[in-house]
Amino acid sequence: MANSYYDPADLRKFGKITEWSEELGTKFFEYYGKVFEEGALSAREKSLIALAVAHIVKCPYCIDAYTQDGLQRGITKEEMMEAVHAGAAIESGASLVHAVQMMNKHDKLSM
Amino acid sequence: MATKSLKARQDALADFNKQLNILENGLFADGELPYFRDKIAESGHFPLRPQKLEILQINVGYMCNQVCEHCHVDAGPDRKEIMARETMTQCLEVIRKTGAHTLDLTGGAPEMNPDFRWFVEEAAKAGIQDFIVRSNLTIIRANTKYYDLPQFFKKHNIHVVSSMPHYTRGKTDKQRGDGVFDKSIKALQELNAVGYGQPDSNLKLDLVYNPSGAFLPGDQAALEQDFKKALKEDFGIEFHNLFAITNLPISRFLDYLIASENYEDYMYALVDAFNPSAVANVMCTNTLSVSWDGWLYDCDFNQMLGLKNASPVKHIKEYQEEVLQNRNIVISQHCYGCTAGAGSSCQGTVA
Repeated sequence: MANSYYDPADLRKFGKITEWSEELGTKFFEYYGKVFEEGALSAREKSLIALAVAHIVKCPYCIDAYTQDGLQRGITKEEMMEAVHAGAAIESGASLVHAVQMMNKHDKLSM
Repeated sequence: MATKSLKARQDALADFNKQLNILENGLFADGELPYFRDKIAESGHFPLRPQKLEILQINVGYMCNQVCEHCHVDAGPDRKEIMARETMTQCLEVIRKTGAHTLDLTGGAPEMNPDFRWFVEEAAKAGIQDFIVRSNLTIIRANTKYYDLPQFFKKHNIHVVSSMPHYTRGKTDKQRGDGVFDKSIKALQELNAVGYGQPDSNLKLDLVYNPSGAFLPGDQAALEQDFKKALKEDFGIEFHNLFAITNLPISRFLDYLIASENYEDYMYALVDAFNPSAVANVMCTNTLSVSWDGWLYDCDFNQMLGLKNASPVKHIKEYQEEVLQNRNIVISQHCYGCTAGAGSSCQGTVA
């Protein structure tokens, strides 16, 4: 067993989850593959969305995978960073919009 | 960024035996990754054998005006290996009798060979159907004596294949050196101006994309679309096809992989992306590579690794096509670079 929770080498083993639940694993990877195909959105656009979400769910495997995927697609570092900011802005906005609740409660309780 | 070749820096990796030692040992000797011969044996491709010879690729010298970080030739201004007219004459004899329909001139910067134009003129007379020159583009702007190269290429209906790692300045200059992007753009515009790369033009202009780092190229068609859109919108540049070529773990790219601690991950990535259907069409099955001093190899990469072809015919002066066609192709673990994903060759993807 590794001494830390995350081991970069584990990413290569992702496909092995199918060994313990073949039906669900196979369905997941089929779905996953289909999602990232060219569609109404380009595969390039989806790669940037995935990179942003990877940061918001704080998944180090996904960050490695979609940084590499972006490089392979010729996505620039400026585009990558803007995508991460778009995700981070939504995440911080989600925190800050709760401040309205705080303000409402504050005003209700205050004389 | 280095301004000298590994050879001029007297780097240990300038020795191809050192490179082969790395490729034969480590991950592969430990059994962590399969040897290439075992991998292709699984799909019945070992030993790898040639098909019909289509392309004669001649490396006319390792001298170059650039010192690109990923260069598999370890080319640069300090390299003195240049094909002499005597060897060119031997090549011309072969060009006249070969069944190959394409002559592919590479380097270094092939245009820097002092006999380059003479050789092109003589080879054109020999009636090759497709005549490729692999140009780094900046050579066209490097010195006034090269300014007329676009016209020269046009005169001989040469198919120009040019390196262009990205459509942005930052990524291009990082791989190929400061100022390379601007000079390349100017050179492409000049090639366009004489008729190269226009949608209906017979003057063929293709671009080569190499990843600028330790990752594999993405989808060739998607990259081509992005390159076309950006180069057209930003600079009014037109070209025909984009070839996405995987960097092979040899020479300066191997040096980079080791120095940046990416070697093992990169080899895993190549092996994981192994595509059996790419094996049948790897370029060594339809190409022969000739070095500046006339030796015959299965490909330009094997040439740089000192892996001469395995037939009894070792040198251009003793060329016998039927004997060469009956050889086994020499392989090592760098070959995974040509079988990853959609495959990779000097003509782009193969699968």
